[in-house]
Amino acid sequence: MPQLEDRCWSCSCSPGMKSKGFPPASRAREAMSAVAGAVSQAVCSLRRLHSAGLVRRGVVLFAVGVFLALVLYLLQIKRNVVLFPEEVLDTLLSSSWWIPLSCGTAAAVVGLLYPCLDSHLGEPHKFKREWASVMRCIAVFVGINHASAKLDFANNMQLSLTLAALSLGLWWTFDRSRSGFGLGLTTALLATLIAQLLVYNGIYQYTSPEVRSVRSWLPCIFFSGGVTVGNIGRQLAMGSAEKPHSD
Amino acid sequence: MTVRERLRQNISAAFYRHGLLCASYPVPIILFTSVSILTCCYPLLKLPLPGTGPVEFTTGAKDYSVPSHEPQGDLGERPDWYQGPPVAYIQQVLVKAAVSPWDSSLVPVDVFRSPLGRVFSLLEEIRNHVYTDRSLETLCLQVTELLPGLRRMQSILPEHGCLLVSPGNYWQNRRDLFDSDPDILKTVHQHEPKGIHTSATLKDLLFGVPGKNTGVSLYSRKRVVTYTITIALSSYDARFVASLRARLKQLHPSVNCTLREDHMVHVHFKEEIGIAELIPLVTTYIILFAYIYFSTRKIDMVKSKWGLALAAVVTVLSSLLMSVGLCTLFGLTPTLNGGSIFPYLVVVIGLENVLVLTKSVVSTPVDLEVKLRIAQGLSSESWSIMKNMATELVIILIGYFTLVPAIQEFCLFAVVGLVSDFFLQMFFFTTVLSIDIRRMELADLNRRLPAEAGMPPPPKPGPLRPREAPPPPRPSPHTITLQAPAFRNLRLPKRLRVVYFLARTRLAQRIIMVGTVIWIGILVYTDPAGLRTYLAAQVSEQSPLGEAGLPPHLGVAPVFPGGDPTSTLSVLPAPEPTPLPENQSQGHGASRPGGAPLTSPQISWGSEDEEVWRRLSFRYWPSLFSYYNITLAKRYISILPVIPVTLHLNPQEAIEMRHPQDTQHAPRSSAKTTDLQTDLTLYKVAALGLFAGVVLVLLLFCLYRVLCPRNYGQNGVQHGRRRRGDLPCDEYGYSPPVSEISPLLLRGHSMDIECLASDGMLLASCCLAGQIRVWDAQTGDCLTVIPNNGLRRSSSSGCWEHRDGWDSLTPTCEPDYNEPPLRRRVTPSRPTLFGDQPDLTPLIDTNFGELPPSHTTVGFGFDFGGLVEKAYKEHEASPTMHFTAPTPPVTPAPPQRRRSLGDPPVAPPERINVSPGEWDSSVWSLELRGNLIAAGRSSGKLELWDAVEGTLRCCNEDGSSGITALAFLNNRIVAARLNGSLDFFTVDINKPLGLLQYRGPPGRASLPSSPCYSSEDVISCQLTRSVQCAHQKPITVLRAAAGRVVTGSQDHTVRVYRLEDSCCLFTLQGHSGGITAIYIDQTMVLASGGQDGAICLWDVLTGSRVSHVYGHRGDVTSLVCTNSCVISSGLDDLICIWDRSTGIKLYSIQQEVGCGSSLGVISDSLLVTGGHGCVSFWDLNYGDLLQTVYLGQNSEGQHVRQLLVLDNAAIVCDFGSELSLVYVPSVLEKLD
Repeated sequence: MPQLEDRCWSCSCSPGMKSKGFPPASRAREAMSAVAGAVSQAVCSLRRLHSAGLVRRGVVLFAVGVFLALVLYLLQIKRNVVLFPEEVLDTLLSSSWWIPLSCGTAAAVVGLLYPCLDSHLGEPHKFKREWASVMRCIAVFVGINHASAKLDFANNMQLSLTLAALSLGLWWTFDRSRSGFGLGLTTALLATLIAQLLVYNGIYQYTSPEVRSVRSWLPCIFFSGGVTVGNIGRQLAMGSAEKPHSD
Repeated sequence: MTVRERLRQNISAAFYRHGLLCASYPVPIILFTSVSILTCCYPLLKLPLPGTGPVEFTTGAKDYSVPSHEPQGDLGERPDWYQGPPVAYIQQVLVKAAVSPWDSSLVPVDVFRSPLGRVFSLLEEIRNHVYTDRSLETLCLQVTELLPGLRRMQSILPEHGCLLVSPGNYWQNRRDLFDSDPDILKTVHQHEPKGIHTSATLKDLLFGVPGKNTGVSLYSRKRVVTYTITIALSSYDARFVASLRARLKQLHPSVNCTLREDHMVHVHFKEEIGIAELIPLVTTYIILFAYIYFSTRKIDMVKSKWGLALAAVVTVLSSLLMSVGLCTLFGLTPTLNGGSIFPYLVVVIGLENVLVLTKSVVSTPVDLEVKLRIAQGLSSESWSIMKNMATELVIILIGYFTLVPAIQEFCLFAVVGLVSDFFLQMFFFTTVLSIDIRRMELADLNRRLPAEAGMPPPPKPGPLRPREAPPPPRPSPHTITLQAPAFRNLRLPKRLRVVYFLARTRLAQRIIMVGTVIWIGILVYTDPAGLRTYLAAQVSEQSPLGEAGLPPHLGVAPVFPGGDPTSTLSVLPAPEPTPLPENQSQGHGASRPGGAPLTSPQISWGSEDEEVWRRLSFRYWPSLFSYYNITLAKRYISILPVIPVTLHLNPQEAIEMRHPQDTQHAPRSSAKTTDLQTDLTLYKVAALGLFAGVVLVLLLFCLYRVLCPRNYGQNGVQHGRRRRGDLPCDEYGYSPPVSEISPLLLRGHSMDIECLASDGMLLASCCLAGQIRVWDAQTGDCLTVIPNNGLRRSSSSGCWEHRDGWDSLTPTCEPDYNEPPLRRRVTPSRPTLFGDQPDLTPLIDTNFGELPPSHTTVGFGFDFGGLVEKAYKEHEASPTMHFTAPTPPVTPAPPQRRRSLGDPPVAPPERINVSPGEWDSSVWSLELRGNLIAAGRSSGKLELWDAVEGTLRCCNEDGSSGITALAFLNNRIVAARLNGSLDFFTVDINKPLGLLQYRGPPGRASLPSSPCYSSEDVISCQLTRSVQCAHQKPITVLRAAAGRVVTGSQDHTVRVYRLEDSCCLFTLQGHSGGITAIYIDQTMVLASGGQDGAICLWDVLTGSRVSHVYGHRGDVTSLVCTNSCVISSGLDDLICIWDRSTGIKLYSIQQEVGCGSSLGVISDSLLVTGGHGCVSFWDLNYGDLLQTVYLGQNSEGQHVRQLLVLDNAAIVCDFGSELSLVYVPSVLEKLD
């Protein structure tokens, strides 16, 4: 794992990717994992010849990421305001159009990174490799988001503990691999870190003033999101690897 | 460890017993589960149905006090939401105003201008009303600014003050603006949204009555303007409201108004589901459905996949219902939003156990009893099921200790759901599974087992099946998998593809249907109240008893006895503020004589005015409050009894208030014109409707003409093969590019080709002269020429010129490789060759068959040059015309030739007169597998030739009767003889499966898996078994596939043998004539056709007849089956396509005379038939002619007598002495 990270960072193309690939006002998690992922993607694509499959998987993951980001963003909107549809769409489109895009990019990167890492470590992921399980994983992820957005908790401690337990449960139920855990944790840490940096620099603001509570659930969401996207990515990779055989 | 083991054993044993129980008594157990499900769901009846419609609660207005927050004991029927103060108290002032009497000098605008103008004085009155130092300002609901998105409404809706809404808001509550407004209607309508709107519009909002009831219109016939002034009060002061009511009533009394004033209605609004909530909800449901789809897709090897998937879903859903029901039973009311947590519950409970159960049961040995299978399957998975369930329970219990109420409730539901799910799995699903397994047909199982032909299959399904279980009772053709027809393989124009796609999926109909349903749903959902009141109003207006249904009217009528229609006019000139004594019946009476142009407007108060807000959309209040960012979700408002205000204005006043521009509308003012107008509108609508109908009919007709083939589905479609020259084009005028398919002509045989055989790579053909040629099926090159034993006439093509090559032991015709344009080389020399070639048959008497095999493996060298040259010289001297007709006279029904072999006394005449004495024997049948050609001769000799080297590898002369048919499968050869016996040979190679020697061009060596033999192997062919009396009469057809050999004979029977031990399994009787055609393939589909024109489909596993149809007048000449249909051709030159499962004739294709028998199927949807010098491609699904390919220049007039479809989608046609190789490029692409 660390070796891979080193290799990723020492890759010569990383600065270029970093500077041109993303708008400056990019949310933390996306940007960070995007950069790391872009580098590793470059590494992977150098090593792999199936670049077409890679692109296809990336596109699928990007779409999934964008869609999930939109849905979860809508989920976070407080419900005590009856908004008109055009209002919602306006806020979606105007203020933060780049959030879904960067989420999609991040999803593509993380989802490609997972199978890549698996193949590098030489321990292919065999646990519950089927689409039904992936769907279940996505549903649980949305459920965790739902819980974090809609439920009333007594305090932040309870919220973050509950979410952490849920995220760990997600990992244990659907992943159970060391690499998945490590990668998810790294993603979560980096993403939270950069999100905080961005917030402190005033580039991005939380809608709710209580930053502290947001900070408490953000890593859990990132972790479970990483695991989910990784699950999808692995399944996609397996599907594309299997296809020639079935033909 | 021992404890665990013991536990495991116990669990397993318990599950085993349980499985036995379930499988033994399926019906009682299913009844028991249904009863328990229903019992557990019974408490659900008490729960309110989900919905977003508002709920009402009515209390008396007199003794009203704000309900306290704490629920009291004696709630009675008081709903649980009726706690705490409401969001607002709504006081509505309902104003009905009219100008009366109406006289002809008034213009239509007068109907509403002056009545609307009075709103300002009313507003003034209300605003300034003070009751013991309380004014409206202190009591009313103060609102702040509008939502940021509503800037355009800023000038209309009040901001920073009382929420007081009236039509005066259009003019900022300023009289001067109203007076200077030239066009009131325009002002009112300028804020209306365009198109369809579902929620309350601004007009509804300000007028407070539905738009059509306001009377603000130029064409209103009642001339009564209705509007409300809506006041939202934040606190309720009964005395203030009462004094306001009294004041207004005093100012503007409504005499005949008997509206009830003692009821307060509290309206509670459910949670609004906005789009922001809807999208995540829909997403979770989509994910849920994807999960269910992907889960149930894995169910396999069962009788009905759909049934089991449904059972699985039912299991999960009813376990959820049970859990909710049980929780309600024990006093726990669900507070969570059921719709949104439902997907998560399903996902948590999951379908995995069900799938695991199915898989485990299915994987038990199939020959066990069903009971035992279920029990074994259950017990083998019992441990993992229990373990999983324990794990899930533990996880959920951990969730329970998070101490978050919502999560606790979720976990409780999940736990109960899990337990009930387990219960249902064990009882319901297991039983359903046992029923399904029992229903599963044996044939189904067998069909799915890979049919390994020739290999000794260890399970031995064949003999076991019929014995241990009775043959399935219903003879349905279930062995046939009805797949969706594969997409068309030939290239089609895009528009046709689109049309076909639309037609196949019925996309348009479905979209329209779904759209209609959604639209109706939206209509009903958004405005149920409005629809209902509208309907009620319609009913009460139209029925003669309508007035009797409204009690207030009856009560009013006697009070004013003078109120009859005649007295109305006399009372009209009353002073302005005084009331008009009128009532409901007057109103009706005055308006009923429709001819009277000058009816005065009547103001009436009915019970429907009591609660005006009911006639509005139920979104009226939420949308009004939501403009100010106040939500009504889960809260309630109290609506106070309405204050009625009646305004009568005299015409003078109305004229005074006119705006100068109002009179412009004058010409349209009379009632007559409005009548005329409505009539005109009616006519217009009618004309428009008629026009639209005509256009629609025309459009449909055009569409029908475009889309539907004229002769679709008719018997004997006469497509009419086109002559050469005119373009082949299909029904739609589309002519596919002819250059796409170019036939490759293989020439070389001197006489008619008798037998054709191929294994996909190589192609062997044998002509009447006994010469066997081997061609490369890819390039069309002639690889080998094997001359007849007595003949050395291999030389009609390049081999003659290269007899040096022949002499130097290279049996392949080298130049054929190097010169691909075969035709060019051959064509010029051909006619002369045939004209004056000598008959070499008598010259050469070298019999290769008599040579010992050891010699042939080494090779042979004979110098025929001298002999042949001598013969040539003789021939030139005295040309004997042995071969005057290179293409013998075309027999009208070539297919008969094969069959006629069966008649023992009548040998083919041409053969006989060609080979009277010295002719050893002719090849009657040919088979090609790998590198070996098996040739059956008329002398009963079976020869095995190396296809590449042209050497005789083996020869067997055990039989003496001619071999009429051969089957070569793996290492077995079956030969059917003329005397009705059947011989089974085994080909032994001493070096097993040597390397590939010649498998075509490199890169394509992966085709068939047939055995190949290298030249070094010594091949021996032994007769393993000979069934002497397989049939009483000659065997006419022999087919082998899937480990079965099927023979058809003249004795009207079909017999099925097993290949490996040559044991006769079934004798199938059902035809009333000799068998002429048989089809069997890897999926063990057996079809037979006879001389009686009947086609039978058989179940090979049970020997039962699946269907039996009469299709042809005369013999059935060939039969082919695809996944969905059976194609047969007969002597009547008709090709019939039958549905395989139902036995219904789909359509038929009339062929040209004599061409009926040659047909082949390339893929599931592509049929090839032969014709006069051409082959035609048909789309099997639609019966359309796709393309006709002409074969060569001089093949005109010759029939395609045999047609062979190779694996790589090449078609070999045989006409006369030529072969033609046709590739279908698009099919090639698909297969590659």
